[in-house]
Amino acid sequence: MERKDHVFEYKTLFYVLLALVALTGITVGASHVNLGKLNVWVALCIASAKASLVLIVFMHLRFGSRLLIVSFLSTVFFLAIMIGFIFWDVGFR
Amino acid sequence: MTLHGEEPGNDDSPRKTENSYKTDESRKTDESGKTDEFGKKLGMWLFLYTEIMLFGGLFVLYAVYFSRYTQDFIEGGKELNQMYGVVNTIILLISSFAVAVAITAIQRSQKKMALLGLGVAFGCGLIFLINKYFEWEHKIALGIYPNSDRLVDGPPGQNIFFGLYYIITGLHGIHIIIGMSLLAVSIAFVQAGKVTANGFALMENSGLYWHLVDLIWIFIFPLFYLVL
Repeated sequence: MERKDHVFEYKTLFYVLLALVALTGITVGASHVNLGKLNVWVALCIASAKASLVLIVFMHLRFGSRLLIVSFLSTVFFLAIMIGFIFWDVGFR
Repeated sequence: MTLHGEEPGNDDSPRKTENSYKTDESRKTDESGKTDEFGKKLGMWLFLYTEIMLFGGLFVLYAVYFSRYTQDFIEGGKELNQMYGVVNTIILLISSFAVAVAITAIQRSQKKMALLGLGVAFGCGLIFLINKYFEWEHKIALGIYPNSDRLVDGPPGQNIFFGLYYIITGLHGIHIIIGMSLLAVSIAFVQAGKVTANGFALMENSGLYWHLVDLIWIFIFPLFYLVL
């Protein structure tokens, strides 16, 4: 793991940008198709895919140490606990 | 110093002792031995986690009210101009790309390219805010603003939808302004030669903040503009 390996090529970054713009187009298109309840989940899945690309490539988590990756995933885990418990409360009132 | 007394004139010796306590990670990113680059980055990430929780809380609020007033939220979403949302999404994606390019450039000691990337990102932030201004102005002209007669007397779900819209996009807008300030500081430091391939934690952390702002927008966009 030399330092020079921790650099993304301009080309790679540009392809990621293209993928992000394409996913934006897909999510806008999908919002005009009526899928009922599924619409929200499709939008959230595409947003998560876009967020993952930004995190892994633009924010260099690809090169992140184990400490960064574990701490980030724990944050997501605790966010999930917060969301889960609130919906558990609201859903069964 | 007493331990190193037998090495007179060697200023580096106390630093070397400090370095020996560092973890493997910090040594990997820190070849100059001057500062703890990994520590600075980790500190920034810890701060970003608190930001994720801050906006996460607001998204939960949105989700709970969406499940209660689904129809009102859909009506509210139709009021928003999807074009503003799409254009601002693409602007922020391009700005994130520009910051990532600037980081690669500084790692390769390409100062001009780094400045260009940061400059483009700063400009994108400005365009984003101008778009936001026109969008809000249009909404306010239609009588849609916090505590307006139209919202107070209208369906309760729409009042909540637009309340959340102003709070979340407003807080995000403040983050854009802070992010732009950090980018401006990075530009000045790169220009002055204080940020180089040997130490670019300030610029990297400003970039991380900017990416987070983009990341949050990625979730705001479908929640407000794509509920149809």
